[in-house]
Amino acid sequence: MGALRRTHWLAHLVLIAGVATFVFPVYMAIIGSTHDLGTIARGELSLRPGPHAIENYTRAWESGQGERVRGTPVRRMMTNSLIMALTIATGKIAISILSAFAVAFFAFPLRMFFFWMIFVTLMLPVEVRIIPTYKVVSDLGMINTVPGLTIPLIASATATLIFRQFFLTVPDEMVDAAKIDGAGPMRFFWSILMPLSSTTIAALFVILFIYGWNQYLWPLLITTRSELNTVVIGITKMIGTSDAQTDWQLIMATAVMAMLPPVAVMILMQRWFVKGLTETEK
Amino acid sequence: MTRRAIFDNKLLPYVLVAPQLAITLVFFFWPAGQAIYQSLFRQDPFGLRTEFVWFENFAHVLGDPAYRGAVGITVLFSGAVIGVALLTGLLLAVTADQQIRGAGVYTTLLMWPYAVAPAVAAALWLFIFHPAIGIVGRVLVRMGLHWDFSLNGVHAVILIIIAAAWKQVSYNFIFFLAGLQSIPKSVLEAASVDGAGGRHRFWKIVFPLLSPTTFFLLLVNVIYAFFDTFGVIHALTRGGPGKATETLIYKVYVDGVVNLDLGGSSAQSVILLLVVVTLTAIQFRYVERRVHY
Repeated sequence: MGALRRTHWLAHLVLIAGVATFVFPVYMAIIGSTHDLGTIARGELSLRPGPHAIENYTRAWESGQGERVRGTPVRRMMTNSLIMALTIATGKIAISILSAFAVAFFAFPLRMFFFWMIFVTLMLPVEVRIIPTYKVVSDLGMINTVPGLTIPLIASATATLIFRQFFLTVPDEMVDAAKIDGAGPMRFFWSILMPLSSTTIAALFVILFIYGWNQYLWPLLITTRSELNTVVIGITKMIGTSDAQTDWQLIMATAVMAMLPPVAVMILMQRWFVKGLTETEK
Repeated sequence: MTRRAIFDNKLLPYVLVAPQLAITLVFFFWPAGQAIYQSLFRQDPFGLRTEFVWFENFAHVLGDPAYRGAVGITVLFSGAVIGVALLTGLLLAVTADQQIRGAGVYTTLLMWPYAVAPAVAAALWLFIFHPAIGIVGRVLVRMGLHWDFSLNGVHAVILIIIAAAWKQVSYNFIFFLAGLQSIPKSVLEAASVDGAGGRHRFWKIVFPLLSPTTFFLLLVNVIYAFFDTFGVIHALTRGGPGKATETLIYKVYVDGVVNLDLGGSSAQSVILLLVVVTLTAIQFRYVERRVHY
């Protein structure tokens, strides 16, 4: 019993150390967002919160303008991020579930060819083909537009594979029963397949929302107008030269707000998220 | 694998795959083709003349000391990030898998950094390690270490490794924990009955059973360290000081977007493309094998 209790203490110690390492940078960001620029710039920041929280957050949210930073209001950038994340997540789910439905429930001549075409795109991040993809989007006149920002990121082999894998587990009897009842393929899709897929859809939504919200290189290239900046890009633009005189209190307030939506989505939907991530990405 | 019961519509399946195929063709196959095509041409900086040069761009890229430098930095940086993130993730998962009070709370508290954008993680660590204002950076300077990541290449590399690894630990933690929880308790109990101690049980039973997870994570972490860390580097160091933190993906960006060397940048893209295709092929072989396992 004594030995067991000792390993428990050790386990708690390791886990607390892990949690502390994860929390520390965020704690410092929150502290930083409650002080004024002078305190931070003089190097006098302590571990205790300061009195300027409301002022800093309001300023970042409404104007994004500091003494040194000529930023875009966080309100504007968060809206852009939200539009991007939601479009990417719903778009990916929609086109993937349709193509997986076609590949799993129909026999047609080019089926395997199409499947492989989609499969090849697996794991090929947009970063690898960034310049030519930029050129295509530019030729289509989609620079600085929401479609240009989102549509190129919507093709997703992963989501298609996940839905296909799940569809293959749907018993044949269900399809037969639907046919006997006179249901066509789309009726089967809406009334039987969609409700069955709800857990998979929820799991993918969390993963893809986070993926969309956290995009970096693509929005950096596509949005040259600051009104279209996402909040993640906005933070780096505010840091600029990383001078001590930068408006750190506003940058940290922005960072805290930028983290909130994806972290909240993840924690609130944790059950689906873990299931989706671990059961499907393999 | 195909199913027996299927619908026999002729046109509908094509309509259903059309959106996915259209986007894949326009934004994937067409640009990938363009990258390969452009990598065989040289364009003068004003875009007036293009000349077919066979594999000269590749020869030039591979012979360029700056490119070799970027390869070295990428290997060092990725190796460190993957090592730190995998080992820490495994340690935390093994610890959280024990029957201790509050295991569920710890799990939640160890998972959320997955949702933080790499560039935001970079901003957080910058604020801590800034030599003039950072709470740790100031201490390092006071200790006489001359800590300054904007001047010292080694310091810069250390900082991007910390920022990049911090976020990836939770991803590995989630997968290792799921892997551990799928190991049947009876196997471990049988080992205990046979007198296997904790350490022995881990290395002889748990670790081998985790190897598919470890292998999968290794590949995903390579992809992360190669590509997704662009945001960390762009936010923290912009490849500097000098070229101290210029990884392969950052060099593609600098050469293509900043220096407008389309041929060279495309050749680099194609090389990276080959790396990823190789990794995907390895992963696919492994997935195949697992199915029969």
